[in-house]
Amino acid sequence: MKKLIIILSLVSAIFLGGCKEEVPNTRGVYMLMDTSGTYTQELEQAQRVINYILANLEPGDSFAVARVDTASFSEKDIIAKVAFDDRPSRANQQKRDFRDKIDKFVKSVKGSAYTDITGGTLQAIEWLTEAGTGRNTILIFSDLQEDLKEGYIRDIPLQLAGFKVVALNVTKLRSDNVDPREYLDRLANWQQRVESGGGSWQVVNDLERLEKVLTL
Amino acid sequence: MSFSDIFMITDNPVISGVVWFVILTIVFYLARNHAHRAIIAISRVLHNAMRVSAHSVMLAEKRMIQRNTEVLLEQGREATERIIEREFERVDATVRRDLAEYPALHRHLSEEITKIDEDYNQSIDVPPTPPGWVKAVEAVAKIPSTKGDPMVGNVLEDIHQSLIKANIKATEEYRKESHKRHQLLNGMMPHWRKLRQLLTHVDKNVNSLLQRSTAIDRHIDTYEAIIGKTDRAVRMLSSSSLTHFFIAAFVLTVATGGAFINFHLIARPLSEMVGGTNQIMGLQINNIAAMVIILVELTMGLFLMEALRITRLFPVIGALNDKTRIRMAWVFFSILLFLACVEAGLAFMREWLMEEDAKTLAALRGDESVTAVTENSFLWITTAAQMGMGFVLPFALMFVAIPLETFVHSMRTVLGIVAVGFLRALAWVLRLFGNISRFAGIAIVNIYDLVIFGPLFIERMVKGRQEQSEDNKPKPVEYRGAA
Repeated sequence: MKKLIIILSLVSAIFLGGCKEEVPNTRGVYMLMDTSGTYTQELEQAQRVINYILANLEPGDSFAVARVDTASFSEKDIIAKVAFDDRPSRANQQKRDFRDKIDKFVKSVKGSAYTDITGGTLQAIEWLTEAGTGRNTILIFSDLQEDLKEGYIRDIPLQLAGFKVVALNVTKLRSDNVDPREYLDRLANWQQRVESGGGSWQVVNDLERLEKVLTL
Repeated sequence: MSFSDIFMITDNPVISGVVWFVILTIVFYLARNHAHRAIIAISRVLHNAMRVSAHSVMLAEKRMIQRNTEVLLEQGREATERIIEREFERVDATVRRDLAEYPALHRHLSEEITKIDEDYNQSIDVPPTPPGWVKAVEAVAKIPSTKGDPMVGNVLEDIHQSLIKANIKATEEYRKESHKRHQLLNGMMPHWRKLRQLLTHVDKNVNSLLQRSTAIDRHIDTYEAIIGKTDRAVRMLSSSSLTHFFIAAFVLTVATGGAFINFHLIARPLSEMVGGTNQIMGLQINNIAAMVIILVELTMGLFLMEALRITRLFPVIGALNDKTRIRMAWVFFSILLFLACVEAGLAFMREWLMEEDAKTLAALRGDESVTAVTENSFLWITTAAQMGMGFVLPFALMFVAIPLETFVHSMRTVLGIVAVGFLRALAWVLRLFGNISRFAGIAIVNIYDLVIFGPLFIERMVKGRQEQSEDNKPKPVEYRGAA
């Protein structure tokens, strides 16, 4: 009898140990949309990207879209955010609602005077960390030209370990055409900041090939 | 200190190599006898160990063959007993049915025969009796006639007329009687036919019994061969066991395909019930739930087949009394039916989810034509097909019990054959290594001598000279009878 109890205990321990719930293999995506100056004209492209991401995300994943304006380190700049429900039917409904919110925003958006990309990135890191998702991606839909208002401090190292940062549609400015080194330096600078923070860096300018290039 | 430090006795590597060769040759020469003994001893130890191991393995193989034969004969005996039992049950059913009908059949036959007998008796042809007054006519005819006496002529004329009338009447009577007899004979025909039908039925039953008895004889022959443990029986059973194994494996593979389709039908819609993101041991919960449902269906199918006594995998169910067993069969069937309905519902849900996905994707792409496509009027066909499959597949999977039973039973034999093959191969490998080690010892001894060929050559030369000098020495004179 004693032996039987010991055997049963061992079997139970092995079974319970084997049944430990693992970390869900979910994805988290945070997209920053530059709304400064003339870049607002590019927002229709951003809508396409958002729809593509919505189509690819699955129940359990998280997605947020935030604008980049004068001071982006704030929850107020989040236009829409969602943690998709476990049930596929509910997740589909959430996707449609999300899309409607973005459409409404794009129709009513007004350009901002400054561009605080670093603040937006910090906000993205915070939001994705809280979401507790397995694989995290930050999409920056911007020309990467940061323009901070006087007094704002953004010379902060980014903690991006385990994050993938993708710069989308990095358009060339007029000055870039005069001196392309400015454009290349801008990209190199951001790459250095991301990689020194432990993240991985990717640039996707050809949005027509988004399906082939962008993997979340 | 590196290898080169030890090796380089002089600055020149060639000279160092030669010095080392000479040193080692001398050492090897001095240790030659001990080294030979050690090499031969090791090779013998290895050879004997391998030989003994091979012998043990061969003994195990023999035991395995014996066990396989016993298992095979036991399975064959059980299977033949089942067949014979079923044949006797059929004979029993036939005999019971026919013997139960026998009194009625006998009465039927007796009645028919009596009827025919009566009709036959009534149809016997009775010749009409001649009229009684013929003798009176003969007497009148014998009266001596006198010329001119018309009296006799008149009497005879009257008699003649009367006879004609009587003849006509008798003929009519005879015709009436003949007609009646013909009618009776005609009425006998259905009785004859009935009689023939009854006898044909009896003949059929008797023939059926004869056929069954022939089959039973054949099975009894097989059974006797199995009981007698003849080689023919073992060969026959082994061959059929392998055939059963491969056929059952093929059917089970097909059934696995069915289970796979079933899994895909219900896995996605189950995420609506249990969620589709959490994982246990690397598997999504909805996938686990789908697998559990399919396994429960398989189990219920197995139990149902067992309760119906089609398979005999669980003797406990088969040994239950008939009432309980049939009740359990109904319970299993009800659970299976319930699960089939659930699957049909889930299949419907799957189609609905697919439509929802298509609509959402179309909306996100801004492609309204896709939305229109998903709402076409033919979608009910795929929905109905999926629901039908969801309902039918659990019942189809139920029949997996039959090949599974065959697979399990034949697998014992097949595993035994594989084990025998493995043991034979192992014994062969052990013998091979034993012989290799034995001859390798001899080869190493020869190579050893080859390495020290220089000292050995010198040794032979020295020994040769010594022998020559021994031969040149004056031999002592032997005197006959000195001893």
